[in-house]
Amino acid sequence: MSDRAATASTGIPPTQASNITVRGVSPETYPIAVFTGFLDWFGNLGIFSWQVLRAAVTPPYEFRELIRQLDDVGSKSLPLVALAGAAIGAVLSMEVRSSMTRFGATSMLPSAIVYSVIQEMGPIITGLVVSGRVGAGIGAELASMKVTEQIDAIEASAVNPYRLLAATRILACILMLPLLTVAGDACGVLMGWLAQTLVQPISFHQFIDAGFRGATLKDFLPPTFKTAVFGLIIGLIACFQGMRTRGGAEGVGRAATNSVVLSSLFVILADVVLVKLILVVFS
Amino acid sequence: MATIHDIPMTQGAAPPSGGAPVVAVEDVQKTFGIHKVLNGMTLRVSRAETLAVLGRSGTGKSVLLRLIIGLESPDSGSILINGQNIAGLTLDGMGEIRKRMGFLFQSAALYDSLTVAENVAFPLEHHRKEMSRTERDDRVDELLAEVGLHDDHRKMPSDISGGMQKRVGLARALALEPEILLLDEPTAGLDPISSGEIDELILKLQREHQMASIVVTHDLHSAKTIANRLALLDQGKVVIEGSFEDLQQSEIEFVKEFLKQS
Repeated sequence: MSDRAATASTGIPPTQASNITVRGVSPETYPIAVFTGFLDWFGNLGIFSWQVLRAAVTPPYEFRELIRQLDDVGSKSLPLVALAGAAIGAVLSMEVRSSMTRFGATSMLPSAIVYSVIQEMGPIITGLVVSGRVGAGIGAELASMKVTEQIDAIEASAVNPYRLLAATRILACILMLPLLTVAGDACGVLMGWLAQTLVQPISFHQFIDAGFRGATLKDFLPPTFKTAVFGLIIGLIACFQGMRTRGGAEGVGRAATNSVVLSSLFVILADVVLVKLILVVFS
Repeated sequence: MATIHDIPMTQGAAPPSGGAPVVAVEDVQKTFGIHKVLNGMTLRVSRAETLAVLGRSGTGKSVLLRLIIGLESPDSGSILINGQNIAGLTLDGMGEIRKRMGFLFQSAALYDSLTVAENVAFPLEHHRKEMSRTERDDRVDELLAEVGLHDDHRKMPSDISGGMQKRVGLARALALEPEILLLDEPTAGLDPISSGEIDELILKLQREHQMASIVVTHDLHSAKTIANRLALLDQGKVVIEGSFEDLQQSEIEFVKEFLKQS
């Protein structure tokens, strides 16, 4: 983000740091410094978000770059999400079987696995996996571009970097997370069935029939679409961290790490809020 | 120390072309933290003129170019491009002005995920949408040929030398046929032969395109070769401005020391 862009939008010069770590502060004033650091970070994130939103809704639109990002975020994350989903399905099957056997409710195992996967485990695991892969990738890529003046070169070429770099990546994350979640859910249910069949043979058709018995779109759609919010968080934080990097190679590493840590943290926190919201609205 | 105010022949001297300035920096101040980089910087450049800005490292030469292209904002003063004050312009408003400018970064700043040809085509893809694919490719071929890179279209920036990267950067800067060309240390880090080649290239481009150019450099030899006028900076402002002979005849101690060490 150039000084001009940030200053023109709010009259507030950008800060030097793009993360919330405070250094060189005495112990007495450390809590205040941390608090003001948080406010500073959130304030700058807000400014950045406004810049991106304004750029995203005004032409010219960067469709080609958006397509490229959809591929990068979506198809290249698919194998990892599928693997993670499958692992979760297997783990759930083993863990839930143990509990269900104790209560004599093994007939409910398919439902327990399916509902657990589609309502919570699939979305949150997809969010965290994508946060790690895509968040780090975007953060590192944009940070590297920032420290090598490539973002300045884009701006000097009269192309809006918020539109070209940030808006496309954020939109790609928003659009791809729900689709990746569906893929993750599918793999989770499939592996759940496989793990179940190895212990107590059951046909896939019977497993699906039992697992989805009584399920409606209300059970599936809201948890899946909440991952669009996860995508917004991941894309926004990763782009913000990357485009405000300073400090060479160390800065790039810090941007990548902070992108993953902060986006994962905010995905988990957002999940708490969204789950409550879904329960209130749809129950 | 004597300043430009003690040398009436150079301050505000009319550029060779005698036309209205295309770029006018008026009493600009810029501070980073507690460090005042520019302290009342004033200079003007006209069409078809090349001004070389010289000075020690850290005297604000690159900051000056970044202010003119709008990547930084002055704390006070004004910067006029073709008479329009660029202070306070939005990103998109500044975009219209930047389309008439070309900028060569010190490190070339090539997009490392794009090939050489794609780097040069970048401004054309975004601002010349009326061009067909063939026309754009032809224009890229023309630009790369102009900078002496006929056969390197498909190479990545990491596959070419520093000198070649500068040439690609120059080709990209010229893609939209700018009125104003800003060059930040075009020969920095290059060997003497490559530096000479870049200087010759810049001279050739100046003759053909008649742009207003500002070249920031610490290389006095390069400045003498390519510039109509030289401006020497010290402590955030222009100490002396004029031809190389004017600098040689100056009685200002700093100027003498600079020339002696160069």
